[in-house]
Amino acid sequence: MKGPVLILGATSAIARKTAFAFAARGCSLYLAARDEEELARISKDIIIRYGVSVRHAGFEIDDIDGHKSFFSSVVNETGNLSGVLFAIGELGNHDLATRDFNEAGKIIHRNLTGAISILSLCADHLAQSGQGFIIGIGSVAGDRGRQSNFLYGTAKGGFSLYLQGLRNHLHPKGVRVITIKPGFVDTAMTYGMKGLFLVASPDYVGNRIVKALDKSADILYIPWFWRYIMLIIRSIPEPLFKRLKL
Amino acid sequence: MNTLTTKISGWGRFPEQICNLSRPEKYTNLQALPANTIPRGLGRSYGDAALNEKGSVLLMERLNRFLQFDSENGIIRGEAGVTMADILKVAVPEGWFPAVTPGTKHVTLGGCVAADVHGKNHHRDGSFGDRMKSLELITASGERIGCSASERPEIFWATIGGMGLTGIIGEVETSLRRIETAYIAVRHYPASNLEAVFHSLSDDAVDDYYSVAWLDVMAKGAHLGRGITICGHHATMNELPVDLRQSPLSVTLAPKKNIPVDLPCWLLNNQGMRLFNTVYFHRLSSEQETIIVDYDRFFYPLDRLDHWNRLYGKRGFMQYQCVLPENKAIEGVRELLEYMHKKDCPSYLAVLKRFGAAGKGMLSFPTQGFTLALDIPVYSTTLLPILDAMDQIVLRHDGRVYLAKDARMSGTVFQQMYSNLPAWQLIKKEIDPENRFTSSLSRRLRMTEAL
Repeated sequence: MKGPVLILGATSAIARKTAFAFAARGCSLYLAARDEEELARISKDIIIRYGVSVRHAGFEIDDIDGHKSFFSSVVNETGNLSGVLFAIGELGNHDLATRDFNEAGKIIHRNLTGAISILSLCADHLAQSGQGFIIGIGSVAGDRGRQSNFLYGTAKGGFSLYLQGLRNHLHPKGVRVITIKPGFVDTAMTYGMKGLFLVASPDYVGNRIVKALDKSADILYIPWFWRYIMLIIRSIPEPLFKRLKL
Repeated sequence: MNTLTTKISGWGRFPEQICNLSRPEKYTNLQALPANTIPRGLGRSYGDAALNEKGSVLLMERLNRFLQFDSENGIIRGEAGVTMADILKVAVPEGWFPAVTPGTKHVTLGGCVAADVHGKNHHRDGSFGDRMKSLELITASGERIGCSASERPEIFWATIGGMGLTGIIGEVETSLRRIETAYIAVRHYPASNLEAVFHSLSDDAVDDYYSVAWLDVMAKGAHLGRGITICGHHATMNELPVDLRQSPLSVTLAPKKNIPVDLPCWLLNNQGMRLFNTVYFHRLSSEQETIIVDYDRFFYPLDRLDHWNRLYGKRGFMQYQCVLPENKAIEGVRELLEYMHKKDCPSYLAVLKRFGAAGKGMLSFPTQGFTLALDIPVYSTTLLPILDAMDQIVLRHDGRVYLAKDARMSGTVFQQMYSNLPAWQLIKKEIDPENRFTSSLSRRLRMTEAL
């Protein structure tokens, strides 16, 4: 891996731990997120812990018009990227989202449309260099529409389909696309929630994401058992599922 | 920030209390905090210092970013959640070591400051506060203020040893010491009774940079207080065996073992421990020459065993640590040990260390003299009156008890032991007038009474 890994949404717990795992392998990094003060702190921390080169810049997923200039400046600064990790996610307020389209729209934008916008630019760049990877963090929530979080699920499900298509599109160009589907992870998103089970640490998720590059899997459930849990969930017939309170 | 309401405890697992936990992910989350809050690191204090019954507990563990590392001068600055383990990983390969480290590396910088922790080198280097450069405190009003020995020193010294009650310790800057290798040169000196132990801890010929005595507290009569003095210093290149000189600063830590569940309480019992102590004493007694061990084995032997507190079973154990001034220490320790024998109240692990001069932390524990730390399993509630009686022995010898290990001392006894309390209370009132930072410990000890 020569150029740095671009991490979008670098200030989240999962992204930060994934950055650690990349840095532990000697990868240089380019971190992007909305909170630039926090980005500076995280960058300095990684440099001290791992001694790799870390650059950072502000990135606003909501500002679609700014995506192109953001990405151009990243490429100008770094020359080329070895890969991109998309780690931006917004759970949103589900109750509110079912009644207020502003909230629903925000959820769809940050998890799906904004992602498509920036990743299209990344895909083009990597395709031209004929190498590299795009890792998108989806969610098991995208595997089936459920009453408890279907707006988030819609966005993550759509994102999964987008990554799948992108995988097909970029395969002949030598760029790998990996879909990561975590279950419950111990982050600010889930802290204090009731009904959690089998919660994974951000450390574990970060390490597994980077290890995925050593293997050939295209779609990775983290931890692995979620693949089988979701298989069961997906196979429940619709007439029955619609009656459940999952 | 979301909150999680659940039962938590300190390392001794007594008491357990229901608290409302919140866990900020980044430094800027430390605003708009609830009243009635206590920050918490990795929960290594033994009692209720990091508990707040029915109140808020602020988990600082994710605020663990290194902010600066000056590898020329050995100065490190980090968010309060940075742990000693993190520092070791970064500093040792560069030839630096924490100037003061407690007996576990799973503690946060914030916790080290709040308890003003000490190590095996207090008699030479003082406590954690003595090696600190500065800290940033987030006050009750949300203001971020920097303080040090020269800038707002009264707040600095009220926070060091202040048990987290002056505000949120946000960032900590501390100095390290230079090392040539990651190894420690160790010697053991057996001592057949209490006098011999005290003698060896005060003997310049035996003394070294780091020194501590392990006591066989279960021994009685003529053997009362027999033990082994363990002394060490950072090994120089010359002291290392040839095969270690290739990479003197890298150490492969042995894999940790975990105690996954509570052991049944009958497993660790008096007979077993008496036997263990006797065997351990005789085994160590036969080691005469200098041996070279890696820093992890010397400083953090218990860290090898994850959740070692589970060895004591569900009933848990109490830690009792006191310090006695130089002139009264040996008779005070003797009286404590004899009292425990009289009450048939065994301690399973006992450690004696020499302390140098007290630092400037207003409520800091160490004073010049000797400190005795005891692990006592909780078998029944009659242990509490025994510990109260031990408090009286300590008081009569002008000593005091360590707050980071205390779970049951009374406010009256505490106020008699810590004569600097009124001065500390004035600073506390100034910096936290509404008493927004409180803990189960501060209420139990009535630390802000009469304010």
